[in-house]
Amino acid sequence: MSERIEIKIDRDMCKGCGICIKYCPKEVLARSEDLNQYDNHYPEVVSADKCISCRRCELYCPDFAIEVKEVKDEKEEKE
Amino acid sequence: MITAEEIREKYVRNHPSPFCPGCGGGMVLNAMSRAVESAGIDKKDVVAVSGIGCAAWIPSPHWRVDTLHTTHGRAVAFASGVKIADRDLEVMVVSGDGDCAGIGGNHLLHGARNNIDLNVIMVNNGLYAMTGGQVAPTTEHDEKTLTTPYGNPASSFEVAEVVKAAGASHVARWTTYHMKELVKEVEKAVDTKGFSFIEVLAQCPTRKGKKEGMTGIEMLEWYKENTSKDQDSEKMYVGTFCDVERPELTEEIYRQIERLGGE
Repeated sequence: MSERIEIKIDRDMCKGCGICIKYCPKEVLARSEDLNQYDNHYPEVVSADKCISCRRCELYCPDFAIEVKEVKDEKEEKE
Repeated sequence: MITAEEIREKYVRNHPSPFCPGCGGGMVLNAMSRAVESAGIDKKDVVAVSGIGCAAWIPSPHWRVDTLHTTHGRAVAFASGVKIADRDLEVMVVSGDGDCAGIGGNHLLHGARNNIDLNVIMVNNGLYAMTGGQVAPTTEHDEKTLTTPYGNPASSFEVAEVVKAAGASHVARWTTYHMKELVKEVEKAVDTKGFSFIEVLAQCPTRKGKKEGMTGIEMLEWYKENTSKDQDSEKMYVGTFCDVERPELTEEIYRQIERLGGE
């Protein structure tokens, strides 16, 4: 049974400080072009497959806006 | 490990917080919530006391525990009262450097001398941020602030060393760059019987960063490069300053009451 890593970003909680982007060791995140409701550039997942689930972004985020979850892959479970 | 969403549901209220983008305040809130969770304390037993300033807004109203928002500099004094009234409570004091070391400096010294079982987290950003960035006792020598535009003529206060000399049981210093260590240190402070003092160097990108042309991330990088866990290094020391056992005030008071036959 394999596990999939899911990165959940709450766009409207983000203040666009960029700390998660800076401290990601694998450069998974990047600054978005779009703006959220408070006119901040939130982070976007650009290479999800590189994520090692160290959860550093989650630990450093001052606004609890990013979360790394390990989700069990349902498709394989059915097989 | 607790997830961000769980922390938000269990420990945080009134979100998003009023802190500026990149402020260290939210990171301290994150560290405290994680420490209380991993120490296994019921949040109903936690009381957070804060004074006035940006850092005082970290627990009150944003931390979902019982909070007391008190007068400027008097957080340690109020917290002492809470602890003596009910010694089963876990009392946390979150205070800024101007509040804790400046205006409430004397309360801090006597709290440490009494060695009362409080957990004091001093969020040190090096100036009075909420009122516009005036010089504080923790502002470095020659640093420019709103009231010292040509550089601070005075020297800064080594608060951790002072509190250690005053007699606290547990003294440590970390920065917001050292999040993992900070969570463990808060957990250790909660376990310590006696006065625990943690100085957290936290970035202020608005009042301090703009004056020096630095963003929040650049300030975090500065902490990374200019601090060391080696006590003999020339860089600023981060880590535990002391961890000793000394008689604790509330325990001594209750023992005295028992000896004198009171209830």
